[in-house]
Amino acid sequence: MDGIHDMGGMHGFGKVEPEKDEPVFHAPWEGRTLALNRAMGYTGIWTIDQTRAGIERLPADVYLTSSYYKKWETRLENMIVDLGLAGRDELEAGHALRPGKPLKRKLTVADVPNTLSRGTFARPAQAPARFKAGDKVRTKNIHPPTHTRLPRYARDKVGVVEAIRGCHVYPDTVAIGQGENPQWLYTVLFDGRELWGDATDPTLKVSIEAFEPYLEPA
Amino acid sequence: MTHDHDHEHDHDHGSELSEMQLRVRALETVLAEKGYIDPAALDAIIEAYETKVGPHTGARVVAKAWSDPAFRQALLADASKAVASFGLLNRVGDHLLAVENTPKQHNMIVCTLCSCYPWEVLGLPPVWYKSAPYRSRAVNDPRGVLADFGVKLPADTQIRVWDSTAETRFIVLPMRPAGTEGWSEERLAALVTRDCMIGTGLPKDPKEAA
Repeated sequence: MDGIHDMGGMHGFGKVEPEKDEPVFHAPWEGRTLALNRAMGYTGIWTIDQTRAGIERLPADVYLTSSYYKKWETRLENMIVDLGLAGRDELEAGHALRPGKPLKRKLTVADVPNTLSRGTFARPAQAPARFKAGDKVRTKNIHPPTHTRLPRYARDKVGVVEAIRGCHVYPDTVAIGQGENPQWLYTVLFDGRELWGDATDPTLKVSIEAFEPYLEPA
Repeated sequence: MTHDHDHEHDHDHGSELSEMQLRVRALETVLAEKGYIDPAALDAIIEAYETKVGPHTGARVVAKAWSDPAFRQALLADASKAVASFGLLNRVGDHLLAVENTPKQHNMIVCTLCSCYPWEVLGLPPVWYKSAPYRSRAVNDPRGVLADFGVKLPADTQIRVWDSTAETRFIVLPMRPAGTEGWSEERLAALVTRDCMIGTGLPKDPKEAA
């Protein structure tokens, strides 16, 4: 979706302000929020792309004015309510008013070390790769109202396939419950001037990780 | 949250803090009473990110790549496999890529769409990495972003920005600073900052670190 989350190339957000000796969490609730998201993710009720889509669906003003973990917390509440795992009345009461639903699994202390490494998103291919390294490609001019990982600034642009990264879960379908639908993934490299015009720093090159359905031959 | 570093924070920090504490406590209580989560597992996750997972791991990887040409090659060929073989982590997820800075090319990592970041080797991302200023400007004004970090590169160095739009994750392999010949991996690792593995910084000056 063409949401506020898709920030590449926007003007007006000001300087980057690194914080010296930044703590891992700025308040205990941030750590709890991260851990709650991880623990609920472990139950298998949603995928990483569904959680990203959950953030993207936040209203633009909420997105821009909420801290990172506040977005995570709001998203988690919304998804739990949407899936019928708890009611708003229960969140307001601060206690369960009804029994929980059975879930596939529950994160225990013993499982935690294994959840600290990422899973794999590689899947068997449905067809041979359409492109190879060195191929010129044009990204499609798509504007789906649902989750996609093709950023706006890199749509309808000509680039070169730099590498094939394997065949991966396709975010655009898995996020809307239409299955993993594995697709070839490519690193596609663009000249900065193709993305931003002739006035751009000539030394700039930008790459995206592009799924095959985003690309056509150029 | 007494800092004004994060444009995304609500202006009234104090009230957000207490409101969020209450909301998160309510959410956790409901989810625990429903039987979905075990609060002790939450404690273990938080402890891991506060004490175990962090950029010290990436720094060890970089120092080894600087010291051991065979490891450097293996790292650039398949970073997931190379980092796993190093034995610092129980397991390493797939799709980790190491990208090497050279005198000709400087690499910088961003996630313009959300906050993708190589957690296993760098820990949780800093607030600035997830902020609108970084995510908006890294892809069209990386030299301006570098200036925000006090870094200036030669005008003819090519800047290569990697937007983490899929499940591939990137770590920058910075250039080994001159004047570190014969240094142990441990000494070298102390020069490797988190930011130089994202591409918004350079390794520490060996003279200052010595």
